[in-house]
Amino acid sequence: MIDPKNFHRSQIKFYLILLPLLVVMMLPIIFIVSHAFKPLDELYAYPPKFFTTRITLDNFRQLIGVAQQTGVPFSRYLFNSILVSITVIVASILIGSLAAFAFSFLEFKMKKWLFWANQIAIMFVSVAVSVPRFIVMHELGVVNTFFAHIIPLIAMPVGVFLLKQFMDQIPRELFEAAKIDGANKLQIYFKIILPLIKPALATIAILAFQSAWNNVETSQLFIKDESLMTLPYYFQTLTLGTSSIAAQGISAAASLIIFVPNIVLFIILQKNVMNTMAHSGIK
Amino acid sequence: MGIQNYITLLTDDTDFMQYALPNTILYAIIIGPGGYMLSFLVAWVLAQIPKKVRTVAAIIIYSPALTSSILMTVVWRVVFSGDNRGFLNNFLLNLGVINTPIQFLQDPTTVTWIMIFVGLWSSMGIGFLAMLSGILNINKEIYEAAYIDGMKNRWQEIFYITIPSMRPQMLFGAVMAIVSTFNAYGIASALTLSSPPPQFAGWLIVDHMNDFAFSRYEMGYASALSVVLLTIVFLFNRLAHRLFGGEKD
Repeated sequence: MIDPKNFHRSQIKFYLILLPLLVVMMLPIIFIVSHAFKPLDELYAYPPKFFTTRITLDNFRQLIGVAQQTGVPFSRYLFNSILVSITVIVASILIGSLAAFAFSFLEFKMKKWLFWANQIAIMFVSVAVSVPRFIVMHELGVVNTFFAHIIPLIAMPVGVFLLKQFMDQIPRELFEAAKIDGANKLQIYFKIILPLIKPALATIAILAFQSAWNNVETSQLFIKDESLMTLPYYFQTLTLGTSSIAAQGISAAASLIIFVPNIVLFIILQKNVMNTMAHSGIK
Repeated sequence: MGIQNYITLLTDDTDFMQYALPNTILYAIIIGPGGYMLSFLVAWVLAQIPKKVRTVAAIIIYSPALTSSILMTVVWRVVFSGDNRGFLNNFLLNLGVINTPIQFLQDPTTVTWIMIFVGLWSSMGIGFLAMLSGILNINKEIYEAAYIDGMKNRWQEIFYITIPSMRPQMLFGAVMAIVSTFNAYGIASALTLSSPPPQFAGWLIVDHMNDFAFSRYEMGYASALSVVLLTIVFLFNRLAHRLFGGEKD
């Protein structure tokens, strides 16, 4: 029985399959949480302890302290990351939904061909095109500016695709009626379409946030100035820079700082995401 | 110039032929179809239980895909650490399965398998969510009709009703699986804290490409590598479209 209303004994076998899987999926994340709050001597403890008994914020304090030594305050990396994430979310929602609006409602030359190009762009994994991207960024002259974080991320082919699929569910009559009433295309887009596609917009916001907030490549490849770098890149240099046990606690704290906003945002918006995904199919 | 890069790639680059290509193929074959089938099965199992539990379980299963793979290597380095402080070594020593700690992160074979495990762990991403909502949106009357027509068990249900009814989501999930599989890089280097890792363990095409592009600044050669990679990705996508695509294709 798909999507049952209540618990039934016949479901026990499914719980038995899920339980070990949930444990495997959760353990590393629980571990990150417990490691991040462990005092230094417990990081060194033998035998290793999974849970800590004495919760401390030392690792977070040290994380902020280490940043001070590089001459760039921790708050600067945080500010950069937040600014970049917000800009990417707003820009990719605006550009993505306008493109999807055109693909779904408007008729124009090469529409099929362009949508096909978008499909191809989905499969062109971002790392595989990092060389041409690197050259384009240099030619544009945006290297070592804030734009270097933003420009590579605002075009989101998956986002355009999901938004277009979602818009295809909207009755065409709505568009035609508004046109007869004298609304122009932009008015239709802002007043009629945008309010109807909120679940899809929320989904794109999450995807855009993930791509911006977790991103290390833009700092790695396009930024030279330490004060323009973002949080995950700074964290990655800490993680990869040393294998000392003391650094493990700091790295765990760093991972947690990156992970928590992602999961919180997803939990808040998960209904919208599932709603959008129902229309995600490639036909 | 031009074609020369491809000739070098095919005839002269032993690191590519010996390590990057076979590693990528091994990784892709296990994480791609493996992670994909796992995603479908987990989504199907989740669809069999009531909504509240399902939502919580789905969030837990999706959450690894939200972690940053490089930052998470902190965990894996502690779990698989080569001394007796490593969780896995400690566990096995206590069980008495082994007498001395295993150097998981020094041995190329174990490094490769750890990388594959980590990849599988974080493979239930947006494609998994698409498949879950695809399964939940199938009209229940189709199942009832099929059982009246003589469908006998749940396996038949999966292959004759569920998968054909959600082909578009299956295809979207496949495309996402391919994309995320070939996007992976740097995990083995982060695990072993050296780039390239010892004996090029877990060295993928993308690692090789990044190495040429941004360490040696041989952009032409790196571009040739990325063309090879994109060709592989494109071919896998054609295959996915063949399997799940609609009539038009």
